[in-house]
Amino acid sequence: MAYPESMRPSIAEVERTRPERLRRREFSRLTLEDKEALLRRFHPDYRPEGFRSLRVGANRGQNVPHELADLLEARSLLDPDTFELNAGADHDVDVLVIGAGGAGSSAALTAHEDGARVLITTKLRWGDANTMMAQGGIQAADRPEDSLARHYLDVMGGGGFVNTPGLVRALVTDAPFVVEWLENMGVLFDKHQDGTMMEVHGGGTSIRRMHSSGDYTGMEFMRVVRDEARNRGIPCLEFNAAVELVLDDSGQCAGAVLYDLDTKEFSLVRARCTILASGGMGRLHCQGFPTTNHYGATADGVVIGYRAGVPMLFMDTVQYHPTGVAYPEQLLGQLVTEKVRGLGAHLTHCKGERFIYELETRDAVSAAIIRECSERQNGIATPTGVLGVWLDTPMIDMLRGEGTTRRALPAMVRQFARYEIDITQEPILMYPTQHYQNGGLVINELGETAIPNLFAAGEVSGGVHGRNRLMGNSLLDIFVFGRRAGRRAAERAREVRPGRLTLDHVRTYHRQLDKAGVSNHRAAPMILPDYTPASHRIRRLGGVAVG
Amino acid sequence: MARQESLAVVKEPETPAEETARIHIMGKSYVVPAGLTILKAMEYAGYRLVRGVGCRGGFCGACATVYRKAGDFRLYVGLACQTGIADGMYLTQIPFYPAPKPLYDIHRLSAGGETIFRFFPEVARCIQCNTCTKVCPQGLDVMRYIAAAQQGDFKRVAELSFDCIACGLCVSRCPGEIAHYHVGLLARRLYAAHLTPKAIHLRTRLGEIQEGRFSKEVETFCKMDRQSLQRLYAQRAIEPEEEVALPGKSNSDED
Repeated sequence: MAYPESMRPSIAEVERTRPERLRRREFSRLTLEDKEALLRRFHPDYRPEGFRSLRVGANRGQNVPHELADLLEARSLLDPDTFELNAGADHDVDVLVIGAGGAGSSAALTAHEDGARVLITTKLRWGDANTMMAQGGIQAADRPEDSLARHYLDVMGGGGFVNTPGLVRALVTDAPFVVEWLENMGVLFDKHQDGTMMEVHGGGTSIRRMHSSGDYTGMEFMRVVRDEARNRGIPCLEFNAAVELVLDDSGQCAGAVLYDLDTKEFSLVRARCTILASGGMGRLHCQGFPTTNHYGATADGVVIGYRAGVPMLFMDTVQYHPTGVAYPEQLLGQLVTEKVRGLGAHLTHCKGERFIYELETRDAVSAAIIRECSERQNGIATPTGVLGVWLDTPMIDMLRGEGTTRRALPAMVRQFARYEIDITQEPILMYPTQHYQNGGLVINELGETAIPNLFAAGEVSGGVHGRNRLMGNSLLDIFVFGRRAGRRAAERAREVRPGRLTLDHVRTYHRQLDKAGVSNHRAAPMILPDYTPASHRIRRLGGVAVG
Repeated sequence: MARQESLAVVKEPETPAEETARIHIMGKSYVVPAGLTILKAMEYAGYRLVRGVGCRGGFCGACATVYRKAGDFRLYVGLACQTGIADGMYLTQIPFYPAPKPLYDIHRLSAGGETIFRFFPEVARCIQCNTCTKVCPQGLDVMRYIAAAQQGDFKRVAELSFDCIACGLCVSRCPGEIAHYHVGLLARRLYAAHLTPKAIHLRTRLGEIQEGRFSKEVETFCKMDRQSLQRLYAQRAIEPEEEVALPGKSNSDED
C-alpha cells in the first residue's frame, strides 16, 4: 500500500520545495479579520447548506446539522400505543447507566460506591467508546504555578466565552480530584522518578497542564476504570441499545427500553434514576466528513433525551480536526495528532507550497485545507477519489535530528508502516475529519437534565466546552460529570418512587412531527451506522434496516 | 508464495479502483475491490457488523480475525480494521473468546509474584512456545511479559504490555490456556497503585481546593461579563513549551 504512481509526482514537488521551506520557516499568521473571513467561507460550521432548522421539540427553530435533524425528525422504533410497560420490568434498579465508556463507567462506579443498585447497558462491548481512542491527555491544574482560575479562563477562551460558567467551574475544580482518583486506582501516568506528573501544553492552554499515559491515555483510563467496575460486580448488558426513555405519569424519568442486538428483542428496565452517557455523533458524518470516532458514535442519547423533552445547547457546532488521514484508505479519517505540526512539519498543497501557518487554531487550519482542496483546486487525489494536502513529516528529523520521529511518535510510525509508508521519508496526506460534538443535552452542575431523575454526562451533554472544546478537556469532562451524575443519581434514588410508566412523551413527539408536516419513514435512534452498499440495503429482508 | 495484486497494478495503472479480489468469508466466496481492509471488504460484501467491529482504528481489539492465504498452510491473524485483504484469502472473525477474569480489590493485594499465582495459577503452565508473541497484532512480546509477571517484575510487565488492546488472540492460541491480557492488566495496576510514587503536588492541590483557596477567584470569573473575561484572556501569560524528552516507554523497550 505504498503510494501509487498517480500520487508520486506531487510528492516530488514536496521534496523539491522542502530545502527552501526548511531555510525559510516563517509564515504570516492570519489577522482576526482574515481568520473570520476564512472561517465564514470554508469552515463547515458556516455552510448554511449543512444545517437546517428543527421543526419539533425544545429547540424548534434552531439549526442543527442535517444528519442530526434527520434523526431528531424521526419516529420511535417502538409503537407507543402497543408497547406494554406495566406488565413487569425485566430489570428493576436504582440507577440505570446508558453507555459504557468513560462517563458511564465512572457514573456506575460512583453510584455503586454510594450504595445504589446499578445496571449499565451498552450497544457494543463495555469500553467500546471514544474514550478508548483518546490519545492526548487530561487537563488538571495541579502544578503549584497553575490555578483553577487559569484553567477556567483557558476553557472559556477556547469555547468562545459562551460556555456555561457553573459547568466550567465544576470541570476545573474536580479535575485534580479526578486525576488522584485515577492514580489511586492504578492508572499508569507519565511521571518523573519522584512521582511528579509530566505535564505538557495542549492547543489553547496557557500553562503546561496535560497529563498523559503514553500515546494511549484514554485506553489506559478505560481499561482500569472498567476493571475496577467489574471487580465491584457491577452488571453490564452488552449489545443492548437503549432505544427509548420511559417516563412515569408524573413526568419523571423511570427507565428505558432496550433492544438486544443479538436476540433482537426489546426489554424494559425500570430505574429510579437514569444516566445518559452515550457519547457523541461522529458517525453521522456531518456534511460527508470522515471521522475519528468509534463505530457507535451515532447520537442515540441526544435523540432519546431530546424526544423525552431535554433541550440541547450548541448543536450547531461540530469540531473538525484538521489533520485526519486521507490516505491510505484503511486509515481514512483517523487522527494525526497536533504534535506533528508542533514538531515542525509543514502543510503543503499539491505543488509543495504552504498555504497556512500550521499552528493556527483547529477551525482555521481545517478551513484552509478545505479551501485548498475546493476553490483553489490544489488538493491531491487518492486512487479512490479522496482529496487531501500533504503533511511534510520528514521535516521533523531534518529539523530536530534523526530519530526524533521514532521517539516522539512511535505509534504513528508503526501505524503508517503497516501500509508501507515511512513517515520519516515520505509526507502523509491529510484532510479534516469530524472529531467532537461540542454541544449536547443541557445539564446542570450535578449532571441533572430538565427531566427529573434523568441525568447526562460526557459528550452527550453540552455547555461545558461552549462552541469549541480544548484538547485534554474531554477525558476530564467524562469523569467529572460521570462521577457527579453517579453521586447525585444514587442520592436521588433513595427518595424517588416511580409511578405508572408511560410512553406518552413519544406519542406527543409523534403528534408534533405530524403537525409540523414531517412525513417520512425514518426511525431513530440509529444504533449503528450502515456501511454496506445501498444495493445490499434495498434487498434486505424487511427493506431498509434500523437506521 | 508471491502475492498477485502487484501484477494487477502494473497491468492496469489507470484504473486501480477496478481491481478486484476474491475472498472467502467463513467459507462463502465474494468478489470485492482490491485494497480494502478485511473490515471494509466484509461491509462491501453486505455484512452489517454488530460484533467484530469497534473503534475501526486499531485501539479497541473488537475485530480479531484469523485467515489463511491461497496456497499457504500458515494461519495468520490480524485486526480486521487494520489488515488489508489479498486475493484468495479465507477468513473468519473471533469477536469473542472466553477468558475468565478474577475479581479482586486492588488496594488489598500485595504487589508481588504470589498475587499473580494466586489469581492466575495457570501462568505456571507457560511452555515458552512463544505463540502468544507471534499472534499479537500489536507486536508485543507477550511471552516475556508473562515471564516477568511470574517473577513479580511488574515494571517490566508494564513496559512490555502497555500497548495491549485485549483483542484476545493470544488467549485463543495459548496451549497453557492463559488469559494473558488479564494478567497484564493486574500487573500494571499493581505496579501503578503500589510500586510507583504518588504525585505529591497533586495532594497539595487537593488540600488547597478543600480549604477554599481558589473559590473566590473562580467565583469572580463565573460572574464576570464577557468583555472582561476576553480582556483577561488576551492578557494572560503563556508558559513556554518545555523542551523535555518525551515520556514513555521508549527507553525501556528493548524490542
